[in-house]
Amino acid sequence: MYNKGTIIPGLILFVLFVTFPIWANGLMTAGDLPKPELPPGGEKQCVMPAEYMRANHMQLLNEWRDNVLRDGNREILEIGGKKYPKGLQMACLQCHSEKEKFCDSCHTYAAVEPYCWDCHLTPKEAGSKEAIH
Amino acid sequence: MIEKTLKGKPAYWIWLAFLGMFMAIGAACYIRQYNYGLGMTGMSRDVSWGLYISQFTFLVGVAAGGVMLVLPYYIHNYKEFGRITILGEFLAIGSIVMCLLFIMADLGQPMRALNVVLHPTPNSMLFYDAIVLNGYLFLNILCGWVILTAEKKQVKPPKWIYFFVYLSIPFAVSIHTVTAMLYCGLPGRHFWLSAIIAPRFLASAFAAGPALIVVACLILKRVAGFDAGRKALNKIVTIIIYAALLNMFFVGLEFFVGFYSNIPGHKHALEYLFFGLEHHGHVYNNLVPFMWAFVILAFGSIAALSTRAAKENDFVLGMSCLALFVAFWLDKGVGFVLAGFVPSPLHEITEYYPTMNEIGVTLGVWATGFMVVTLLYKIAIGVEHEVEG
Amino acid sequence: MDKQRRKFLKIAGASVVAGIGAPAVIKLTSTPALASGHGTPPAHGEAPAHGHGSSEEEAPKGVRLGMVIDLRKLHAQPELMDNAIEACIEAHNIPQLSEEKIKQEVKWIWKMPFNNVFTDYSAYHVSKKVTEHPAVALCNHCDDPPCVRACPTQATFKSKVNGIVGMDFHRCIGCRFCMAACPYGARSFNWQDPRPYIKKYNPDFPSRMKGVVEKCNFCGERLALGKEPACVEACGGSGAIVFGDLNDPKSELRAILDKEFTIQRKPTLGTKPSVFYIV
Repeated sequence: MYNKGTIIPGLILFVLFVTFPIWANGLMTAGDLPKPELPPGGEKQCVMPAEYMRANHMQLLNEWRDNVLRDGNREILEIGGKKYPKGLQMACLQCHSEKEKFCDSCHTYAAVEPYCWDCHLTPKEAGSKEAIH
Repeated sequence: MIEKTLKGKPAYWIWLAFLGMFMAIGAACYIRQYNYGLGMTGMSRDVSWGLYISQFTFLVGVAAGGVMLVLPYYIHNYKEFGRITILGEFLAIGSIVMCLLFIMADLGQPMRALNVVLHPTPNSMLFYDAIVLNGYLFLNILCGWVILTAEKKQVKPPKWIYFFVYLSIPFAVSIHTVTAMLYCGLPGRHFWLSAIIAPRFLASAFAAGPALIVVACLILKRVAGFDAGRKALNKIVTIIIYAALLNMFFVGLEFFVGFYSNIPGHKHALEYLFFGLEHHGHVYNNLVPFMWAFVILAFGSIAALSTRAAKENDFVLGMSCLALFVAFWLDKGVGFVLAGFVPSPLHEITEYYPTMNEIGVTLGVWATGFMVVTLLYKIAIGVEHEVEG
Repeated sequence: MDKQRRKFLKIAGASVVAGIGAPAVIKLTSTPALASGHGTPPAHGEAPAHGHGSSEEEAPKGVRLGMVIDLRKLHAQPELMDNAIEACIEAHNIPQLSEEKIKQEVKWIWKMPFNNVFTDYSAYHVSKKVTEHPAVALCNHCDDPPCVRACPTQATFKSKVNGIVGMDFHRCIGCRFCMAACPYGARSFNWQDPRPYIKKYNPDFPSRMKGVVEKCNFCGERLALGKEPACVEACGGSGAIVFGDLNDPKSELRAILDKEFTIQRKPTLGTKPSVFYIV
């Protein structure tokens, strides 16, 4: 192999550069695992077990969305004696009222930016321009 | 073959840098638009499509126009076009790239563009438009590349490629037909609701596309030592003249239907385009100069192309073709889409003026298209020179 | 082997063609060709029994929500129209754009002169009650909506449950084909982030994001809770706007339609609007 002196360091630099996001985050910015805060009202039960919600809440939300919006199926779920109308604002945020301390804690850590909040109002935002009812 | 793009005279690099500058401006403007929303443009609730979609519509025609070289060569065995069909195919690639970029620039939520594929909707004309545009892009890349490679190796192109060459002919017609169907199937938009739209689109495409190819050939003759041959150019001019006359005839038919039937809905948009439309004591006429420029340039260039001078003099030919291209750009790339929104469904008139940012994005996309065409032509001419030694 | 494969391909090809073709043929042949030949198209479910040839409209199926707007009552009490519009704005977090951005405004239900709302009706020597009072416009929730036909992603769709022409803001790509397709100008686009222009938030309803199209949804979210649409509720018991099922012969809506002479907007376009007006 000729030009060994330039090719090998060049390759090393290239690999380091391409993998920059991985080692930079791993070594420098990643902190402790996130600890989402549980509902301030002390509710212990969700529409599904915590295990399932942790892994699949996005699928469930998509399912609810299509049920409500597209299929006109707005059936209210009753789980453990509590009623949940399908909806992010109508169900989830009723207990998890602090999106900043619950949703964001993991989403920020995992660097995901769901577009839910472009439209759906968190209780905090809704309170910023109070409607008279 | 790509390496051909890496060697060139200083003028070549200056031209690329010039285009690159506009591409950079376009990108900067687009980032602004992406962050703020389409409110950065001059579009409105009443005129909900503007420069982007009108450029898209026109450029679909330029892309389809390339078939006017492919068809005589491959179907009618008109040998004179042998050297330039590749230019038609590569122009089509550049044009479709621009079309797709203009569509992306026009989307409110560009990140969701794939929803068109994820939720295919056969009742929407946009669904078919996406299919035929991408199909035509693919066919042109495939045919252009395979045939050019064969030429470079100085062998006959493989037989299977002819299937795709022939397939690209109906595809060329379909891209413009389906694009016309985006408009002519909408109830309540009288100007667009006309069965002549698709034929008219094709006629203007078969004039404007080849006109641009003639201009490109003349430029290549001067700067790249590539001579398409006068016989071929004069044949293209004949095609251009007939297609352009057909387009003007179709425009005239629209006038007849509107003004002889005297149905207000059929007249309004034409009045707005050519004479100004009075509404609540105000005359709305911001497109009138453009449309008369279209009429004068179109008839002027058709007349000029019919003269002996155009058959012999490169300058006359080039200027006439350029004038015709500009004329049909004014017709389809400015007037057609915008006038469809006048008057609004609630019979109000909103005039549209593009913003600087919007013009920046538009120029950027045009520059990108020209860049693609330049690079592809560089490759084609490079191969040509190599073969001829 | 080769023969079998060829046979399989033939059968597969033929069944694909049949599968695609058959529904289209059935749909085409069942179109009521002349149903709208006489001025008023039989838009509400029941067709005239003496249809021309075989051109009777299909029997009504399922629920088709609709509305009768009594302009006489709205003219008598002008505040009702304002209340209805205001109620809609509050219920749906509709942004109120400033004067210099008025060309990019968002509106679901709005006031407009009669001649703008009913462009097909001659404006020559028209009754004073029509010229002196505004009419009101909103999405017609057409039975055959051109916007739904145009949408490339089914982001706008007609509900099979109640006939509402709905919007799925999650799916809309913002191509604005529906805006070009709607003959009633009922659709608005979010040319920018609407939130700064929302006066008061209704915490029970989302806002929208930039780059999506929106329009009246017949208050689908309120209907689910057993409430009336916000505009209907705002008109109180005045009966200025009556809401109900067009396919239910026993509904109040149908009683009014049977009794009063009503008009629809641009009925000749064949969109079959579900909003009726008494002038």
